[in-house]
Amino acid sequence: MLSGWGRVFGPGREVASEDIEAITREATLTRGLARSYGDSSLPHPDDGVVASCRLADRILSFDETSGSGILRAEAGFSLLQLNRTFWRRNFAAPVGPGTQFITLGGMVSADVHGKDHHATGSFGAHVREMRMRLASGDIVTASRTENADLFKATIGGMGLLGHILDVTFKMPRVPSAWVAIETERMPDIDAYLAGLKEAARRFPFTMGWIDTLGASGSLGRGVLMRGRWASAEEARPGVPQPLIRPGLPVVLPDFVISRLTVSLFNAFFYGIHSSKATRKIEHPETFFYPLDAIRNWNRLYGSRGFTQYQCVIPEATGPEGVKSFLNLLRRTGGSSMLSVIKDCGEEGEGLLSFPMKGTTVALDLPVRDDTQSIVDTLNAHLIELGGRVYLAKDRFTKAADYRGMEKRLDAWREIKQKYDPKGRLRSAQSARLALT
Amino acid sequence: MLGATRGIGRSLARLIAARGDSIHVLARNADDAAKCAEDLKVRGAAAVSVGVCDLMAPTTFATAMDAADTALGGFDTVVMSAGIFGTQDELGADRARAAAVMTANFTNTILFCEEARVRLLARGGGRLAVFSSVAGERGRKPVVIYGSTKAGLSHYLEGLDHLHRADGLITTCIKPGFVRTAMTQKLKEPPFAGDPDDVAKTVLSAILRGAPVVYAPPIWALVMMVIRLLPRAVMRAVKF
Repeated sequence: MLSGWGRVFGPGREVASEDIEAITREATLTRGLARSYGDSSLPHPDDGVVASCRLADRILSFDETSGSGILRAEAGFSLLQLNRTFWRRNFAAPVGPGTQFITLGGMVSADVHGKDHHATGSFGAHVREMRMRLASGDIVTASRTENADLFKATIGGMGLLGHILDVTFKMPRVPSAWVAIETERMPDIDAYLAGLKEAARRFPFTMGWIDTLGASGSLGRGVLMRGRWASAEEARPGVPQPLIRPGLPVVLPDFVISRLTVSLFNAFFYGIHSSKATRKIEHPETFFYPLDAIRNWNRLYGSRGFTQYQCVIPEATGPEGVKSFLNLLRRTGGSSMLSVIKDCGEEGEGLLSFPMKGTTVALDLPVRDDTQSIVDTLNAHLIELGGRVYLAKDRFTKAADYRGMEKRLDAWREIKQKYDPKGRLRSAQSARLALT
Repeated sequence: MLGATRGIGRSLARLIAARGDSIHVLARNADDAAKCAEDLKVRGAAAVSVGVCDLMAPTTFATAMDAADTALGGFDTVVMSAGIFGTQDELGADRARAAAVMTANFTNTILFCEEARVRLLARGGGRLAVFSSVAGERGRKPVVIYGSTKAGLSHYLEGLDHLHRADGLITTCIKPGFVRTAMTQKLKEPPFAGDPDDVAKTVLSAILRGAPVVYAPPIWALVMMVIRLLPRAVMRAVKF
């Protein structure tokens, strides 16, 4: 049995090797560290086997002569390794996603974004080229000049165009690896959204947490965080050392995450933060990857697991769009322990890439009997608003709903048809969403 | 280092590189060695050189080690993590494969260590760190042949350490427990399984402090103490 990060299991087994060319020869899908929440990294039920690139993690070359860093590494090279290797040389990843436990192959396939999306776009924007094994078995290069259609369809393409073997991308030089941050409490959703917009003009990193259970007056009250790389003078001495990460030894019982505990947690989290902006120099792991602090925090959600519902609501709908969505969430009875809201910049070049200009909302929902109907209800409204869900998180969206929210699907399918006419490369998710 | 291209050896080589040491990588395949070298260089090694050396071809050991000596200007540490694994089901059914496992893990590994021994002793000592296995602690059903190769190797390493520690040659016998690598992915995972990066940290610190034996993850020292004490009747009855 295999699962994504949400611990909703499906049939399948993994084959891992340092030799990525060998394991991708027969495979119909490659996965990395399996941090996508849903079924993106699970094999199609008829295939049963998925290649894992996690052991193919070599750096192939690094060039810093141009000022920024150009790194070429195998698909299994992780963000964790990148940070450990390059923070001490004053280079950082081009985007700041919420976990370090992801591979380059996954970062391309999900076209990951981070707290800096409004400033730097998603990961695909920084990729120069990839070496890929196609469904035919041939190995080709994809870039903006070579097989450009393949390149565009692979960024955010959930690994369905070909197995990514290695990735070449650009990393910015940073003044230090420490982060100068400001944290401020926001009384309601209007203040929060206005605060995000204002912060985006001054800071490369913005994000925050909101309370989705608050009474109507305080709907969307939350804590807004903004940050930037600290200058060499501001930085704490030395290179940030890896933090100790305890794990949850057991899967907690299902009742641990309930409406009551969620509202208590949210009230507590709101309460401990100040309504005035507080500034400090923070460890980058604490700022970028707060959830990595507990190794397997997904065990918190009990035996049935959880799903993350992450969507983006277009800017054209204004704050009213976000508010109508949060009100609907409250009516469905869905209670999300950690709800994260941030604004996205322009849509990237990846044809199935998630972010678009607007506001993204991420909700952690424990799997219960009504999860499917909650997701269906939210999706119906999301389609009206013109938004879309993030495939790397999704487990419950229905094929018809996905079609309704993804206008670029036909263009993507045409390229998929060209590079994989028999539809050999597939996943449990691609079958569920009828992507191919 | 022989075996730095894969598994725990790869993790260990990266830790050594991050210290800023100079490394000579020996591998069967020249292309693999070159990629390994580039990886270690970017991760912080002061210098990395490469050479071809096949554990199945012991006549190449002396030349490979001389080349390493020249490239490093005299090495002070030899790390050997290459080897072949096979379950009893596999090796019991395939005589040629069983012979290869015995040759690689016992005969040729010791021949490799002997080349290292004479060179290190000639310069007044150094460190020799070799991967054996907890599989060599007791005769056990799932790893009868593989376990016996590691038992023999562990004895050699212990004897060598007794014989030459006073001369400055410090031998570390590394006994990994179950570690999640490509080698073990077909096996059912027991409790206390470790990850290669964590195991490599334990191993490196043991090499640096000159421990004669190291279990990694460390909890396996306790597990094996219990297993060593189990009566034969129990070992015969259980599946592990």
